[in-house]
Amino acid sequence: MSHPSTGGSRVAAPPQREGHGPASGGDASALPAGSGRRGRTAWRQRFEITVLTGPALIVFLGFVIAPVIVAAYCGFFNWNGYGPLVKSVGFDNYIAVLKDKNFYEALGHNIFIVVMSLLCQGPLALLVALLLNKKMKGRSALRVLLFVPYVISEAIIGVGWRLILGTGQTGGALNALLDNIGLGWLQHYWLDNGSAIWVLLGICTWKYLGYAIILFLAGMQGIPEELSEAAAIDGASYWKTQWHITLPLLGPTLRIWAFLSIIGSLQLFDLVYVIWGKAAQFTGVSTMASYMVQSGRDMGRWGYGNAVAVVMFLISLVIALAYQRFVLRRDTEGSLTEGR
Amino acid sequence: MKSKKMPRIAIALVAAATAATALAACGNNNDDGTSGDTATLTWWHNMNTDPGLSYWQGVVADYEAAHDGVKIDMQVYQSEDLRNKLKTALQSADAPDLFQQWGGGELRDQVEAGFVKDITSDVAAELAVIGSGNAAGWQVDGKTYGLPFTLGIEGIYYNKDLFEQAGITAVPTTLPELDAAIAKLKEAGITPISLGGQDSWPAGHWYYNFALRECSTATMTETGGSLDFSDPCWEKAASDLKAFAETEPFNDGWITTSAQQGAGSSAGMLANTQVAMELTGIWESGVVGSLTPDQKVPEFLGWFPFPSISGGKGDPTAAMAGGDGFSCHTQAPPECVDFLKYILSDAVQEGYAATGSVPSNPNAYTGLTEPLLQDITDQAKSVKFTQLWMDVAFGNNVGTAINTSTVALLQGQLSAADFVKALQDAAATA
Repeated sequence: MSHPSTGGSRVAAPPQREGHGPASGGDASALPAGSGRRGRTAWRQRFEITVLTGPALIVFLGFVIAPVIVAAYCGFFNWNGYGPLVKSVGFDNYIAVLKDKNFYEALGHNIFIVVMSLLCQGPLALLVALLLNKKMKGRSALRVLLFVPYVISEAIIGVGWRLILGTGQTGGALNALLDNIGLGWLQHYWLDNGSAIWVLLGICTWKYLGYAIILFLAGMQGIPEELSEAAAIDGASYWKTQWHITLPLLGPTLRIWAFLSIIGSLQLFDLVYVIWGKAAQFTGVSTMASYMVQSGRDMGRWGYGNAVAVVMFLISLVIALAYQRFVLRRDTEGSLTEGR
Repeated sequence: MKSKKMPRIAIALVAAATAATALAACGNNNDDGTSGDTATLTWWHNMNTDPGLSYWQGVVADYEAAHDGVKIDMQVYQSEDLRNKLKTALQSADAPDLFQQWGGGELRDQVEAGFVKDITSDVAAELAVIGSGNAAGWQVDGKTYGLPFTLGIEGIYYNKDLFEQAGITAVPTTLPELDAAIAKLKEAGITPISLGGQDSWPAGHWYYNFALRECSTATMTETGGSLDFSDPCWEKAASDLKAFAETEPFNDGWITTSAQQGAGSSAGMLANTQVAMELTGIWESGVVGSLTPDQKVPEFLGWFPFPSISGGKGDPTAAMAGGDGFSCHTQAPPECVDFLKYILSDAVQEGYAATGSVPSNPNAYTGLTEPLLQDITDQAKSVKFTQLWMDVAFGNNVGTAINTSTVALLQGQLSAADFVKALQDAAATA
């Protein structure tokens, strides 16, 4: 059974290029380990390791690790953003974060989006991917169309949806459309308290569905046709084939996709900020990141904001590590775990 | 990861990166741009649209022509961008010499960090013209660190035509009269008041004005320094506002309404005759003007001061006020103060008034061509006490808490007592 892992590694490649923390370091170190066995000198091997991993390491350390360390340090101070850090407050900022109910509210919204994104996007993307995996007319065009929302910047999408859903009394295109087709009774203040979080979920699903579909399609390409042909000869129905062959062999792809989706949902910020702005906290769509901006930057409490950032980082890290340890382990064995 | 060198390299890199960040943060040196007989002044402000932009470009050209060897490098930014950029730029080597100053708590922070020049002795004459009470927001511990170039009082802007349509014959001067006017407007099917709740400060301004009527001038001034909200007037103001909000005077969906962006904003709704009133600052005529189809301040726009509240301890004529000012960086060349004085001179201020803004120099009111602004500045003469915006005067932290808590109060999520507690909590961390 070497094929599933082939599919898996092919699918796993794009996320690593995006630099999602732990994955990128392991990826780079795995390369020379395979090519260094041909009896080259130790010096040369070291040189290669340095040259190949150096740039990635510098970027990773400089733009990921160092800022986290600096942020953790700043989190110990009461700092208004000017001058040196002098007012040390110990763990007060961190304790305040963990005591603030607004933070838990924001965390709750993140978790809601994490869970619901998996539940909504997963099955939906899988069905569409199965459809698009069939040979049919206009398949490429459909694939491109479904991928378009993912390509457009979140800021632009945010502005677009804000105009469609409408703000304030004037409402947007959607309410006008409902009115004009005789469904005026369905009009609603979509971005207000109550419906806001569902609207956010809907927009997230719409935007990231294409990404999931492309991942799943790539995974499906890696599944040899012989298997489903064999199943067909044995008399298995289409759905039975998908259930017993495609789905299990798509496992690595599904697990990587879920990982990226979880991390993305935990870091959700742009859409919320562009669509709701400061109203996010009043309409039930605040996220950890929007809370950080609101309680840190907007209030001029930079030390506190840094503490929020660190808490957010730790939550994401724990979730990411736990997921790698318990879910991704079988897919990444050998590439991420070797040498530990 | 077999090589032992890797961790050492990693540690070295972390150290290097950290050191680089720390060094960047410590680099406070500011090149004052003086070399020989020439000086270059960098000037940052937010008047990035016309007519203001071209006017100030002209002012720069005039000043350069009259002062040999002085060059002014004017850079304009959108307001929020400028605030964020200034914060980092002030601590860096390329800090601007003359920069926009909103005053209050933020100025105090900048002064304490040593970024702002004390100009007390240089601007005594200008301060006398503007009025030291009006410039209090640009002073810290009795010393002047900047001066406003535009200054005005807050009030309620209203649509005269819609008032007439609803049968309101006189502008409301007391809270019950305002309530009555709101009832009449609703009866006539007109949305009474627009509120840009999304930006949260427009909500805060409603609280500022209720507090200004409930709290005595002394309490107001003391709280600016102590940030102690235990006087019962603060809670009374919150419960007044809560009761007012329960009459549902604001536009539907106010919480997702922005203040100034486009026709759907609270200012846009007033500009396009969808609401009868909006409470806001002196910039409103310009904002409303830019949101009408013909880009002109509409003739139906009128103004009245915030109504009085019976039983309140505040001065019934007191007004919330605010403005924009400029400060010089400590490292700025001496020409900076001279140019600031030039900006505040009668002639430059008069020209500024003609662009449709209210100058801080009252001698320049003669330059006002907009009837609405002439009316407001006339009415402002009877104002004996002005209070700077609370989100400026009380500092970023408490100010933001007031604004966001007011939204929660208007939403019905906070009681008046919880509202005051939220302010006290924020003050405790300031």
